[in-house]
Amino acid sequence: MQSLTNRSRVVVRKEMTFAEKIYIPAILAGLRITLKHFFKKSVTVRYPEEKRPFSAVYRGQHVLKRDEYGAECCTACGLCAVACPAEAITMVAAEREPGEEKLYREEKYAAIYEINMLRCIFCGLCEDACPKEAIFLTDRLVPAFNERGDFIYGKDKLVEPVDARIDISKRQTDAVKEFKTHKELRHNRLKEDLD
Amino acid sequence: MLSPALLYTILLIVVVLGITLFIAMYSTYAERKVAAFMQDRVGPDRAGPFGIFQPVADGIKMFMKEEIIPDVSNKWLFILGPSIAMLTACMTSAVIPWGKGLTIGGTTFPMQITDVNIGILYIFGVVSIGVYGIMIGGWASNNKYSLLGALRASSQMISYEIAMGLSIIALIMMTGTLSLKEIVQQQAEGHWNIIYQPLGFLIFLVCAFAETNRTPFDLPECETELVGGYHTEYSSMKLGFYLFAEYINMFISSAVISTLYFGGYQMPFIARFVHDPNLLSILGTVFLFAKIFFFIFFFMWIRWTVPRFRYDQLMDLGWKKLIPLSILNIFLTGLIMWWMGNVK
Amino acid sequence: MLSIFYFLSFLAILCALMVVVSKNPVHSVLYLILTFFAIAGHYVLLNAQFLAAVHVIVYAGAIMVLFLYVIMMLNLNAAVEPNKKSWLKIAATASGGLLMVVLVGIFRSAVTSGTGNPSQSQVGLVHNLGVALYRDFMRPFEVSSILFLAAMVGAVMLGKKEIH
Repeated sequence: MQSLTNRSRVVVRKEMTFAEKIYIPAILAGLRITLKHFFKKSVTVRYPEEKRPFSAVYRGQHVLKRDEYGAECCTACGLCAVACPAEAITMVAAEREPGEEKLYREEKYAAIYEINMLRCIFCGLCEDACPKEAIFLTDRLVPAFNERGDFIYGKDKLVEPVDARIDISKRQTDAVKEFKTHKELRHNRLKEDLD
Repeated sequence: MLSPALLYTILLIVVVLGITLFIAMYSTYAERKVAAFMQDRVGPDRAGPFGIFQPVADGIKMFMKEEIIPDVSNKWLFILGPSIAMLTACMTSAVIPWGKGLTIGGTTFPMQITDVNIGILYIFGVVSIGVYGIMIGGWASNNKYSLLGALRASSQMISYEIAMGLSIIALIMMTGTLSLKEIVQQQAEGHWNIIYQPLGFLIFLVCAFAETNRTPFDLPECETELVGGYHTEYSSMKLGFYLFAEYINMFISSAVISTLYFGGYQMPFIARFVHDPNLLSILGTVFLFAKIFFFIFFFMWIRWTVPRFRYDQLMDLGWKKLIPLSILNIFLTGLIMWWMGNVK
Repeated sequence: MLSIFYFLSFLAILCALMVVVSKNPVHSVLYLILTFFAIAGHYVLLNAQFLAAVHVIVYAGAIMVLFLYVIMMLNLNAAVEPNKKSWLKIAATASGGLLMVVLVGIFRSAVTSGTGNPSQSQVGLVHNLGVALYRDFMRPFEVSSILFLAAMVGAVMLGKKEIH
């Protein structure tokens, strides 16, 4: 078989020479190597003070997006829950009452939307499955908690606040952006155009 | 009323003990730092600047841990085990000459707690008692794995004690004295014993590693795979005593190596430039500590370089290699001394 | 000095008694080690530090470790102790009594003329011991070393696996 790294060596079972038998030259060579590493720069990142840059498409904690007017995009269709390989997502759908148009974009919305972060494997399939561009993974980390219940994120944690929007534009590929320019599709039209 | 000489000796004991414990405490920190640096890491750096208070944090942690004494164990012996380990580790520092001594107002203050005329044998005696700490601890735990660990550890220690003693005999043949103070005085002006006893030094060094249970001879503990060895049942500060005793032993054996083979507090050439005897003496002590720190570093350096021996290899090295080698060393030393006409 | 002597003697005798009295063989061994320490203390009182150190290294540090080893491995206790035959007990008592008679005889005939202060004695120092061993008692010393060698070879032979 062809070697991949060119570093492999064939084992030779020959009689050891005296210098090899007393092991001291080998130990000295080893000491040299460890001493060399002693003066090498450490590769550690001191985490809370020093953070490594996240990739633009990092898959961290989810966000439920609002549209331009602050209404929740999610219509509780359940496709994300179906797509989820870890079965981390549950939701309860509800019908929009009159007067709630400012809150929910479409007639149906998720009254309860929960993601169990202990089950979630952050694969991003929910993001792919979502027809409403309502759920996205972000570069935020899910912290550690002492109670298991704390890991079940409800809407209070998932829906983005109106006054602190979370930018997901970098996550959207050129293909998605191009798709969004097709205004003939109802999906891509703004709310006032629909009315 | 205590006489001033006695008072000074008590003071010296307290100071030496304090320094020993302090250095042992910071050896744990140094161990972790050196390990980290050799593996391209940072090591402990959270407790204080550069993690300087890490040993304190470790100590507090040890004290706060739950104290467990196994139900069916022999309670007194269970406590006696770590106590002996700690006691013997601290006792050895009594005969090591830490410096030439200070002369203030016509009175000489020696920097050695006691100059016994059998200093080396005293160290050997104390070290040989140290085995009991491990054996009693392992047996009193009433746990068959602890007992096996204790047997493993003590058979290693008594095996390497023999080679260690034999390697010292060649040195004693040359120096003609068992007193550590005289051995140091003979090594003035760079006539270090390492030059005359390279093989003996090598054997002594290997045995020192084995006696202090350091890698590559850390089979008694085997932190990584076997069930801890003799201290499996120990917790809290009693475990801390065992671990701490290892670091004290490391410091003391570094001091003994420096004293026996590297001239102790003697420095070559410096005496020509510095004429104040007190300053010279202090410089000598500093120099001794520099040597000791180097050897402590060396202990750690070896730890991250050489993998652990298998048990049969350990016994093979001790009995079939080091003991014959040290006997050969005695023979060669005798031959050379006879040839040089040094035999009285 | 005398009070230390009495203390050490008391300790030695007490521990020696405890060796015989204790039920647990491991405790017996530990008391025996303490006895050796008390005796090493006596050597120091006699200004024989070399003997004291060698006594501790050889007896307490090596031989007793091996004793402890064997006892710990066998895990002896009262339950597994075999019943001794009565003739064995009688023989043991008789030989113990004989030893006692011999010891009493030796001590009665021993020269009790104290030559000065024993703590100033120079006999136990390394140099004097070396002169005694290698000059005055050269032959017995060498013969005993051959005896040790024979014992060692014998032990190795016993420990070797039989090759068929």
